[in-house]
Amino acid sequence: METTSKTIRKHSLEKLYASLAENRKMYAPVAEADNRIGYKYNPDFSEVIFDHIQSTLSVKNVVFPRVENVIFYTNNKNDSTVTDVDLNKIPEVVLWGAHPCDTAAYDVLRSIFCWDTKDEFFAKRLEKLVVIGLACHKSDAHCFCTSVGLSPDSTKGSDILLVPLTNGDYKAEILTEKGNRILTDFSGLFEPYQDEETKLTHVEQQFDHKQVTQHLKEAFENPFWVENSLRCIGCGACAYVCPTCACFDIQDEAKGKNGKRYRSWDSCGFGLFTLHTSGHNPREVQSQRWRQRILHKFSYMPERNASLGCVGCGRCSRACPVDMNIAEQLQALQSI
Amino acid sequence: MCNNIYKPYLMQIDQIIDETSDAKTFRLKFKNPEEAEKFTFKAGQFGEYSVFGEGESTFCIASSPTRKDYIECTFRKAGRVTNALANMEVGDTLGFRGPYGNTFPIEEWEGKNLLYIAGGIALPPMRCVIWNTIDLRHKYKDITIVYGARSVADLVYKHELKAWEEMPDIRLITTVDPGGQTPDWKGEIGFVPMVLEKAAPSSENTVAILCGPPVMIKFTMPVLKKLGFKDKDIFTTLENRMKCGFGKCGRCNVGKVFVCKDGPVFTNEQLLSMPMEY
Repeated sequence: METTSKTIRKHSLEKLYASLAENRKMYAPVAEADNRIGYKYNPDFSEVIFDHIQSTLSVKNVVFPRVENVIFYTNNKNDSTVTDVDLNKIPEVVLWGAHPCDTAAYDVLRSIFCWDTKDEFFAKRLEKLVVIGLACHKSDAHCFCTSVGLSPDSTKGSDILLVPLTNGDYKAEILTEKGNRILTDFSGLFEPYQDEETKLTHVEQQFDHKQVTQHLKEAFENPFWVENSLRCIGCGACAYVCPTCACFDIQDEAKGKNGKRYRSWDSCGFGLFTLHTSGHNPREVQSQRWRQRILHKFSYMPERNASLGCVGCGRCSRACPVDMNIAEQLQALQSI
Repeated sequence: MCNNIYKPYLMQIDQIIDETSDAKTFRLKFKNPEEAEKFTFKAGQFGEYSVFGEGESTFCIASSPTRKDYIECTFRKAGRVTNALANMEVGDTLGFRGPYGNTFPIEEWEGKNLLYIAGGIALPPMRCVIWNTIDLRHKYKDITIVYGARSVADLVYKHELKAWEEMPDIRLITTVDPGGQTPDWKGEIGFVPMVLEKAAPSSENTVAILCGPPVMIKFTMPVLKKLGFKDKDIFTTLENRMKCGFGKCGRCNVGKVFVCKDGPVFTNEQLLSMPMEY
């Protein structure tokens, strides 16, 4: 679809928000305790923030919940039954004000959940989602979107991207059919865009991801992985805050005869992740697990899923309790 | 919902065979005849078997695709799910998802000699392809099976070993580790690599299919090389931990290779190009 640019005045945003909220769930960023930024369902517009750098957690949970029930069952020895989850109950959600790194992450997740075999749970949630992105006018030292082929105003994954203007209003880029429907439904709120000046942050490029991918092909046995992961405590925080980490576990939970099977977030940083029942573990030590994390995102995914597994949001570096910085490490990797 | 990739077929246990003190074989039938009708698989593929309330566990389909209307699996009691499976009885229901993974290229093997080498509980992933090729016997030349276990009690499929032994066009060599024999044991005594070296099957126009514990693989590979086998003619299966079976959950990969999608069957030539992550 051809992109259309419009302007939406600051005072019209609230009307747009309220109109969308009439028959959809809104998921928008709000300030939380301890300087945290989090997303919340159906917050009042007055609570919604527009000037945050980064939410503490990503918004992948909208399409890939921490825990997703995949079947329900009744266990009756010789007459057990399995019941499907009703995916028609998945509500329409508007993701409001997500930054371009987070919206681009949906494309990465799609490349995992929909390659070869389609995961309907993910696909249905994405289908029911409208994404109104918000370009960034602020960034910090952890941001590195420009190193992974994105930018503070990338449109990837958004249906409409709001770009802040210096006059306080927003440019609205209408990017998809879903976005176009909103424009048509609420056309009175949009005005023609007249080249008003946009207000965007500048994110310095720290490495060339194509070069990193190239380098990683020969780096499997490099001592780099041990040297750079000695302080890793395997807590998995990086994977839990990551917008593109999609590794999951499948577990059963039953009470008496009735139970459910669910898939839940997991992390390649955990020692149990690959442990065989025999006691053998192909990724026995933390350096092997750190190597897996980097190689998966920057080598295996570009080759197998035609998509880089990182969007440069910097959350893993912000959350790491031992201060491991992925962008710094990737920069260093270029010269090994 | 039309296509829930996590939803298992409901299977009924039709028969249970105690293979060893801790290994069992289940014959499973589809509860829904329509699903049984539609279900197909090929030798080498695997599935996720589940006990409702306990979870899923990954093993190969151990029966041959030429035997219709049931599938079989053989497992050893080891973890939560296999312990729960071991407590099940004939008539009980369990879940099965599959088939997943690639297959043994048995069409490419037509006109060749087949050398099967297995150790311990690693015979099940090979049993499927053994029966498959025996059922299509006229398509293959000599078939040799070398099977070893720690002790006579640890040999699985004892009744089938007997059947293979009685087939005039199958050469079966069974062996147990020194000390594992019984007074009436008539097979070989010794480790698989040594027994293989002594038997010295020709590598001429032959493919070798090798499944066993890592230590057996490690010492058998040089023997196969010595006998003249090329890496591309040696096949084995990898058994990394899995959850989903369709290339998403992120744990079975060996480098960029998904064991669940690109495997579990690999040639030694492929293994040599992969990092040691299995």
